[in-house]
Amino acid sequence: MSNTQQLEDLTTQVRRDILRMVHKVNSGHPGGSLGCAEFFVALYQEILERKEGFDMDGIGEDLFFLSNGHISPVFYSVLARSGYFPVNELNTFRLINSRLQGHPTTHEGLPGIRIASGSLGQGMSVALGAAQAKKLNNDKHLIYSLHGDGELQEGQNWEAIMYAAGNKVDNIISTVDLNHQQIDGCTDDVLPMGSLKAKFEAFDWTVVEIENGNNIDAILKGMAEAKSKTGKGKPVCVLLNTVMGNGVDFMMHTHAWHGKAPNDEQLANGLSQNPETLGDY
Amino acid sequence: MKTYTNTGNKDTRSGFGAGLTELGKTNENVVALCADLIGSLKMDDFKKNHPERFFQVGIAEANMIGLAAGLTIGGKIPFTGTFANFSTGRVYDQIRQSVAYSNKNVKICASHAGLTLGEDGATHQILEDIGLMKMLPGMTVINPCDYNQTKAATIAIAEHEGPVYLRFGRPSVANFTAEDQKFEIGKALHLVDGADVTIVATGHLVWEALEAAKTLNEKGISAEVINIHTIKPLDDAAILKSVGKTGCIVTAEEHNHLGGLGESVSRVLTTNHPVPQEFVATNDTFGESGTPAQLMDKYGLNAEAIVKAAEKVIKRK
Repeated sequence: MSNTQQLEDLTTQVRRDILRMVHKVNSGHPGGSLGCAEFFVALYQEILERKEGFDMDGIGEDLFFLSNGHISPVFYSVLARSGYFPVNELNTFRLINSRLQGHPTTHEGLPGIRIASGSLGQGMSVALGAAQAKKLNNDKHLIYSLHGDGELQEGQNWEAIMYAAGNKVDNIISTVDLNHQQIDGCTDDVLPMGSLKAKFEAFDWTVVEIENGNNIDAILKGMAEAKSKTGKGKPVCVLLNTVMGNGVDFMMHTHAWHGKAPNDEQLANGLSQNPETLGDY
Repeated sequence: MKTYTNTGNKDTRSGFGAGLTELGKTNENVVALCADLIGSLKMDDFKKNHPERFFQVGIAEANMIGLAAGLTIGGKIPFTGTFANFSTGRVYDQIRQSVAYSNKNVKICASHAGLTLGEDGATHQILEDIGLMKMLPGMTVINPCDYNQTKAATIAIAEHEGPVYLRFGRPSVANFTAEDQKFEIGKALHLVDGADVTIVATGHLVWEALEAAKTLNEKGISAEVINIHTIKPLDDAAILKSVGKTGCIVTAEEHNHLGGLGESVSRVLTTNHPVPQEFVATNDTFGESGTPAQLMDKYGLNAEAIVKAAEKVIKRK
């Protein structure tokens, strides 16, 4: 069990990793990655019941699926800093012959990744399949998944959401990163989705809201509440309110940094706001 | 020439259902998913015998493919069942990313392929699925020819680690392969020896190829017939060995000539041993409503069409 300061220090280091990774190759998705840094740190350090090492089937441990695969920088950073692969490998992000592809994949055998994602809207179905496999295997561990809010515009999600409730898949906690941004602008401008809480509840899911999804204590409390609601015949959705670009002031509250890398000066600015804590890769 | 006996018409989809029933008894990791077509896919027995391992997903094929990919994580061997059109074109990106690129052990089992779906018409008669599936890296593509072979193939693919597309059909057709056959993925089956022309056929066209060989034999033409049940990986050696003897080839399939078995055979020939080839396939067209026999006749996918193609290709030698 880490204390909050340790988790915050790790989050600061993860922010540095994200900025340096996308800067080096002048590509990648820093905005959503930064917005979810606290969530990933809390998830991998505190929430997931994980075994040592990695095997694809993941029997006897909680599993996590990232559906909005473009926030790979935060996923890779936290996986590396949670011991799945050497931290130095973050240096190879998006380079030729790397296991750290632009979007996560099992194809290169990177430990910690169980499905390719990036083409949006597929992750919830996969997570539900893994949840059903857990039930067949009498494995009481949980499935966690993360989805973008804009991603919910993909219709396959709603097939999956309908399936989950209809089949009482109650060993899954699907989190939606509610940052209200997507590539072309605010979600409300691109395609207004109304109340996601009302929608999930209408589909007979249990919904837990985390008002400040960039606060580690709030995430831990909210996710504990979500976990307490599993196993009761309903799938559980967490609406995680985050700020895109969190922790780097000029990247916050805008979609501008969805898929754009900082230049040298912007990198220096961003890093200065997040002093090194655990050591850069 | 060697001849084969039809032991009684049966539909290939029932062969799939029988294979799945067998797998239910022998392999506890096999699970099945269906998108509201249990009766059409003949999955009733599996559902009845193993309700805990059967997933009715409703009319939601994209979700079905994702669920299947997820079920492999934890060691299950999922068999998805719906029509070929909804098994491929409708869910191409789901198969591409969540199954093929992720190298998941999913068996995509597709009934009602091709024109012989019949009266429902072109919306449901996919003639592009072999092409779609064979283009995916790592995907195995199988189109067995009759009931017995479809049953054997269904059982065999459970033992194969990796994604598989298994294609079969709706109508009752000749059942002529051995009931106790061992199905070997990627191994072409040499059915009839011949010297003048090679006929390679897949799926429902294999029986038509045998009928064509009889007609050709009566005309004094010796046709070699090969059953290509596995389109990918293709048995290059069997094809090359045969054309080395006959010097020309007819490919026959219930599929568009663009992207099907014929084009795969062309690649093998042009890169190894170019010989004249004729295609018995649809000519870049959609189908239409009609009985299976009427459609196969109108679109030139029967024994008569194979005979004509064989006579034509021999002249081109």
